[in-house]
Amino acid sequence: MSSKAVQNMPAEDPARVAEFEARIARGESIEPKDWMPERYRRQLIRMMSQHAHSEVVGMLPEGNWITRAPSLRRKMSLLAKVQDEAGHGLYIYCGTETLGVDRQQLIDQLLEGTAKYSSIFNYPTLTWADIGAIGWFVDGAAIVNQTMLAHASYGPYARAMVRICKEENFHKRQGYEIMATLAAGTPAQHAMAQDAVNRWWWPSLMMFGPSDKDSPNSAELMRWGVKKKSNDELRQRFVNLTVAQAKAIDLVLPDPDLQYDEETENWKFGPIDWDEFWRVVKGDGPCNRERLAARRAAHDDGEWVRVAAAAYAAKQREEAAA
Amino acid sequence: MANDTTTTRQQPAPSDSQWPLWEVFLQPPKGEAHEHAGSVHATNAEQALQNARDVYARRGEAVSIWVVRSEAITASTPEDMGPFFDPGNDKPYRHPQFYKIPRGIRV
Repeated sequence: MSSKAVQNMPAEDPARVAEFEARIARGESIEPKDWMPERYRRQLIRMMSQHAHSEVVGMLPEGNWITRAPSLRRKMSLLAKVQDEAGHGLYIYCGTETLGVDRQQLIDQLLEGTAKYSSIFNYPTLTWADIGAIGWFVDGAAIVNQTMLAHASYGPYARAMVRICKEENFHKRQGYEIMATLAAGTPAQHAMAQDAVNRWWWPSLMMFGPSDKDSPNSAELMRWGVKKKSNDELRQRFVNLTVAQAKAIDLVLPDPDLQYDEETENWKFGPIDWDEFWRVVKGDGPCNRERLAARRAAHDDGEWVRVAAAAYAAKQREEAAA
Repeated sequence: MANDTTTTRQQPAPSDSQWPLWEVFLQPPKGEAHEHAGSVHATNAEQALQNARDVYARRGEAVSIWVVRSEAITASTPEDMGPFFDPGNDKPYRHPQFYKIPRGIRV
């Protein structure tokens, strides 16, 4: 956190902060009308809106393959999944609004390019196997993260996560099924699946965010019960879950250092390229500009729908008044 | 054209203003009561129902949906917590566990 951000923060009444933290310690749920430190509110708006934006932008890499899905069954699944992502974005925007911020303002920030979203969506989907890898890895990682967030101290966020987690399992399983099918196919299909694994594995590990020692927000979010586990703990859990899944379908995770540690019962993994992570976060990933341009175009193309809906409602009101 | 955009922005385009907020309540299929699910923005009640269906009931979660303008809801406040609910908190004789029953008898 920058010193400027600290200066901008209003001074809080220590007694109220203590009472607030005691509530968190007792495991109570914080609700929209409850008193909360301004910093808690701002951190939640930041985190929840980034999460909502990620769901919305997450539709783009997959949308790329809807018209080219290899069968009607796959196409129906992918359409339903992408529709779910839109729904998930809306659940979280709705939760964020309870903190006293306008949804329009959040969407403007996304369209203006001043808001962040998950870096994973700035990678391209080059082959059909990428759709499998996204479901398996990206949704798999999201489930690990969101299962934790379903216990977050802020009620509306936690409840949105419960709803999302119920739906997300289908996303992961459809992805894994795509990968299993390709991996059991022709040598060319197997190679396509392996190539997708090679490209998506490391960015998926980066999804959990910087290592604990480099994550300035983590300690505070954990103290306030928004996060119950650290980035590194969640990342480790994801790796542990995924190793056996890869082995079962004869695909190799691209990490020569991957090794089981009897003592900790964890799969140890090699170093993550954090330079790449920060490069993509700061806007220089393979698709950052393309994603924003596509999002803006979708918003602009939808203008007539919004205008028509408003005009229809106005006409109905007039007729009712007449 | 740039000037046009500026002019329209002073009076926000209808599409860029926020439509009213509606709270959404779903009734699950097995006869439970309606439960709050979340909220949607919509121009009118009919559209709010359609949006609520698309956002909150994609998997047969509901047999009935209520939408209510958020501003129409009156809620107790956290400050009320103590005094407002007190009358319900100090009457243990309203619970069956308050009453002593001979051992071994099911009542």
